Amino acid sequence: MCEVGEDYRAPAGQPPPRPGREQKCVKCKEGLPVVVIRAGDAFCRDCFKAFYVHKFRAVLGKNRLIFPGEKVLLAWSGGPSSSSMLWQVLEGLSRDSAKRLRFVPGVVYADEGAACGQSPEDRAKTVAEAKAGLAERRLPVVFSLPPSVLRCSAREPVGTEGAYKAAVDSFLQQQHALGEEQQSLPCPPRPPIRAGPPTAGQTEALSTLFSSVETLTAKEELLRTLRTHLILHVARTHGYSKVMMGDSCTRLAIKLMTSLALGRGPSSWSAGFSDERHGDVVVVRPMREHTLKEVAFYNRLFAVPSVFTPAVDTKAPEKASIHRLMEAFILRLQAQFPSTVSTVYRTSEKLVKAPRDGCAAGTPGPRCLLCMCVLDVDTADSATAFGAQTSSQLPQTQPPVAQAEAPTVSCCCTGMGAALSAFCSCREEDPRARVIEQLCYGCRVNMKDLPSLDPLPPYILAEAQLRSQRAEAEQIQEYLLEDREDEDARPGES
Amino acid sequence: MAAPLSVEVEFGAVVNPGKRAVRSLLFDGVKKHQVTLPGQEEPWDIRNLLVWIKKNLLKERPELFIQGDSVRPGILVLINDADWELLGELDYQLQDQDSILFISTLHGG
Repeated sequence: MCEVGEDYRAPAGQPPPRPGREQKCVKCKEGLPVVVIRAGDAFCRDCFKAFYVHKFRAVLGKNRLIFPGEKVLLAWSGGPSSSSMLWQVLEGLSRDSAKRLRFVPGVVYADEGAACGQSPEDRAKTVAEAKAGLAERRLPVVFSLPPSVLRCSAREPVGTEGAYKAAVDSFLQQQHALGEEQQSLPCPPRPPIRAGPPTAGQTEALSTLFSSVETLTAKEELLRTLRTHLILHVARTHGYSKVMMGDSCTRLAIKLMTSLALGRGPSSWSAGFSDERHGDVVVVRPMREHTLKEVAFYNRLFAVPSVFTPAVDTKAPEKASIHRLMEAFILRLQAQFPSTVSTVYRTSEKLVKAPRDGCAAGTPGPRCLLCMCVLDVDTADSATAFGAQTSSQLPQTQPPVAQAEAPTVSCCCTGMGAALSAFCSCREEDPRARVIEQLCYGCRVNMKDLPSLDPLPPYILAEAQLRSQRAEAEQIQEYLLEDREDEDARPGES
Repeated sequence: MAAPLSVEVEFGAVVNPGKRAVRSLLFDGVKKHQVTLPGQEEPWDIRNLLVWIKKNLLKERPELFIQGDSVRPGILVLINDADWELLGELDYQLQDQDSILFISTLHGG
């Protein structure tokens, strides 16, 4: 295949051919091109619009997960990807006849200002801007505020997949009112409804939580987790069965690489169209085929309004967190190799978690407390797990002794090592260990940057306690059964 | 010898949350700048414009906007609402009354 003497590279000094303005649009062959998509396809304005809209509809239509009349919650961050998604949905709903989108949308906006150290006045201003931006859209809007998630009054387990929700007093009252309204009106011109502003105490608690986190990476991960919980909670309480997130192709590629770098395996990451980890609420991503460049151009050319909100990593230098580093890496690579993002993205679609040995097919394993993925820390392979935990607990005096005893106990009962160690008195005195053991590897690594677990929202700590109590209760149950079986067996033997 | 040019430089149309804040922080809160470029020996192109921006408009943290010769990867440049890739990127020669828009697709800055 190699031919001696043949030089495949363009001679030095000759730049690779670039699409020039003198070209025509590749689609209609008539219009003046305005934007370059992918590697060298120049589109004119109208063809670009058609291409963009068609992609959005195609992603929705191909996957057929959204049913007519279904309630779908649109997670809107104010940024352009989600604004674009909102805009597409709006346009799709208003179209006539058979091509019309047929679901019932609602919009949720999470105000993260407190986590980023924004003052209440700034946050109020941002929210007002967001509301104004949406005022013409005539969609039911729920403004959710993360601090309200910090208060936990009632908690009911929803769904069989270990999903849980946190309920808040004042928030609940709002929701009852909202629920009635939404049932009476199918598709509304309704003014946006806003939940009450969070109390100073809640805001303070949230700020404390975020300032106690040591690294920016952990902060971003924690913020993402809390935001997901909040959106899911809102979806559940308002009766939405689907949530649409506006992640673009570029953002998904970056997220995938970041997740891998953070120790989150494919089970904790769903790159497909739908993410069914949370049981009754399915997260879908209709913008997944659009690159950020396309989104930016579309928003600019067709005046899609968006609101900015400062993020936790605003103005942070490039190496401040793994997220930023990965973003810079991928974007820089993309500049040289225009197919980077799409390659990463397509590869991510092919990732499938290999079935684990010893895991009975069909039995759902325990789920991570925070990210709801199946726990990937193998209890049978407890050598690494114990090593990691023991070394992290060395400064404390009691636990290492009890930890050393646990391995011998677990030898007697295979597969119950971690559960049995719950019986050690040291565990009950160490709430941190109790929470940690219910997390997947990625979340555990994240928790390392939290010196104390106390500032975590109460609903998380309460759920952790409930689960470990439940696990202990199960263990006791098993022992009782065994005794009874022995008694029955004895007369049988002879 | 290039005559003085008047161009409009705009930053923003944020692509991800946080970017506009940086824009305003980096560029002193002003989004649109009507800029008069002085006459000089070489014709004005985007390359020179970037150098000019770095010297005159960027208030702080130039590395968040400019990298080496060009803009940081992840920042889109639109010249008169058209992709700069179609116009020659850095080599595009500026004309009077052109409008240059920088959009960042980066997270927070």
